[in-house]
Amino acid sequence: MTNPSLLLAVFWAAMLIASPLQAAEVKTAVLRIDRVLGPPISRLDAPPADLGFAGAMLGNEDNRTTGAFTGMDYTVKTQAVAPEQAEAALDALKAEGIGLIAVIAEGDMLKALSDRAGPEVLLLNAGARDEALRDADCRANVLHVSPSRSMLSDSIVQFLMWKKWSRILLIHGSHPEDKLLADSYRKSAAKFGAEIVEEREFVDTGGGRRTDTGHVMVQKQIPVFTQDAEDHDVVVAADEAGVFAPYLPYHTWDPRPVAGSAGLRPVSWHAAHEAWGATQFQRRFEKLTGRNMREEDYQAWLAMRVIGEVVTRSGKADPVSVRAYALSPDFELAAFKGQKLTFRSWNGQLRQPILLTDGRVTVSVSPQDGFLHQHSPLDTLGIDAPETACQAFGG
Amino acid sequence: MLRSALAFLPAVLMFVGPALANKVFVSNERGNSVTVLDSQSWEVIATFPAGNRPRGITISPDGKELYVCASDDDTVRVFDPETYEELHTLPSGPDPELFALDPSGNPLYIANEDDNLVTVVDVKTRQVLAEVPVGVEPEGVAVSPDAKTVINTSETTNMAHFIDTSSYKIVHNVLVDQRPRYAEFTADGKKLYVSSEIGGTVSVIDLSAAEPKITKKITFAVPGVLPEWLQPVGVKATKDGSRVFVALGPANRVAVIDGKTDEVLDYLLVGQRVWQMAFTPDEEFLITTNGNSNDVSIIDVKAEEVIRSVQVGEQPWGVVVAPN
Repeated sequence: MTNPSLLLAVFWAAMLIASPLQAAEVKTAVLRIDRVLGPPISRLDAPPADLGFAGAMLGNEDNRTTGAFTGMDYTVKTQAVAPEQAEAALDALKAEGIGLIAVIAEGDMLKALSDRAGPEVLLLNAGARDEALRDADCRANVLHVSPSRSMLSDSIVQFLMWKKWSRILLIHGSHPEDKLLADSYRKSAAKFGAEIVEEREFVDTGGGRRTDTGHVMVQKQIPVFTQDAEDHDVVVAADEAGVFAPYLPYHTWDPRPVAGSAGLRPVSWHAAHEAWGATQFQRRFEKLTGRNMREEDYQAWLAMRVIGEVVTRSGKADPVSVRAYALSPDFELAAFKGQKLTFRSWNGQLRQPILLTDGRVTVSVSPQDGFLHQHSPLDTLGIDAPETACQAFGG
Repeated sequence: MLRSALAFLPAVLMFVGPALANKVFVSNERGNSVTVLDSQSWEVIATFPAGNRPRGITISPDGKELYVCASDDDTVRVFDPETYEELHTLPSGPDPELFALDPSGNPLYIANEDDNLVTVVDVKTRQVLAEVPVGVEPEGVAVSPDAKTVINTSETTNMAHFIDTSSYKIVHNVLVDQRPRYAEFTADGKKLYVSSEIGGTVSVIDLSAAEPKITKKITFAVPGVLPEWLQPVGVKATKDGSRVFVALGPANRVAVIDGKTDEVLDYLLVGQRVWQMAFTPDEEFLITTNGNSNDVSIIDVKAEEVIRSVQVGEQPWGVVVAPN
């Protein structure tokens, strides 16, 4: 065994020699927890191996370019593990002295990791949409760069109200996350005065999601499934598990547009988006990775840029200081969405416009015109300060 | 086109007065063209193709060469401002967006948005003299009146980089608010204005000391307009330093600022998504490009009033006026 105190002495000696010459290093990581999932309905949606990591690499590159002028260097370690290895992976990152960690995981897993991480670590949620994590189950050491379910459902319902498509047929899946999303749509409808005229549940019976004759079955089943619904203007699909929603457009009994998990989808990012300088951002990403940018990539990029921006402005890189500055009124971030992004100081959620896409173009961006708020129109999306049950942010 | 040009000719010949008619060149980002206006009649006198995604546009001090950043062609196209023929291209580096000419007419300093570089090009030999690494997404470029310093703003790094033109080295970096778009020196070289589109501010940087220093951040407020849409982009200062005009993007306004106090005096309603601006040489008029309404607004500088708007090509981006 090596003598630990000797090691420490060597370490400090090295630091003393190195520090006047070397840039201060900001160490970050992206931890992605991969559950085993079946193939997506569309093969175009199959996740690339570097999902999220590629966005973080670009964010880190951006930070390093800026750091060259401020005397800061940035590193990002990317790691994908199975759920049962998640806690060990977090411990290992902490042991390496990495305290700024973007996490792409499901809600329960993120909650477990945040409870394990302790206050000396700051997690940036670049995946989970769960409302509870921003509400009663919020954690002081988690900032959410990923939008919540209610931000997404509010974005869709605002657009539907702008279109005067206020009568909604809500079709939700049978998985727990589908039910949470359906609940979010119910709340959004009540918030903005839309009416859910009927609800139907599409039960996942475990059949194959893709078969050679899949489209034949779909063409017969979906019209029957949507037959004889109450009069509605639009179908809203709540299918976070990805079981059925892409089958709805063109197959509904009544000729109605589809929104939600298929048709017009609310997203944090889409590779077709071009407004507000996004074209150059997409191009930088594509040059670096050779593929289109996904939501997880954008969110991981956001996580890195939040860290970079705080370090550049405040000169501090420890997790406690980064959290404090990010939540302060001084923090703002340009992120190709046409306005500055800031954090809600009462639950750590990043305010952001939501893109509405049909998969080819940006159809619209919410918040919609006319939805006003005393603080920021962005606060018309998601739970607002007066409603929050989050206690961990001193609220 | 020919007929309107002929109809316009006698009007010029008959005109007697101090102001000369100048050609106004507007780059149309989505129209892939340049629209030419006459600064007296404000009629469109020509439109010519300018390559893919023309954005930044400027003209040589002698008025003999018109430079256009053809962003998607990764080149700067050089046109004859009389015949509208393309003379040649300049090696610009990838995705040139904005540029600035040395006051002498050479060299040209080009911001390469995708590659985090400022490329310095000799417009006579058409050679790249230097590539200066800058922050992420370089955009605005300005040359100091004494030609000793080039400013480049980097939109994602959020800095104004001060580049020494004798060494092509960065000598200062000034952190400004989010997404800096444009830099403008006062004619005396003592002040620099840097607009921050997403930050919603214009930083006033004092250059009289050894180190540049932000002395003020100009903010904007228009009743009935959401603060989020007050996004400063183009900035132009009059030669006497008395007025500074700031284009406020999707707020569809140009702010009029007192150049002495740097206080906002007024807001002028122009077309939609106002982007860049240019004075006529006598500073009688200021022309603004309005990207979403596909027109330009003409501001009477003394009266501080918009006198008319003129339809141009699709998504007008940049504007320059030929010298006298």
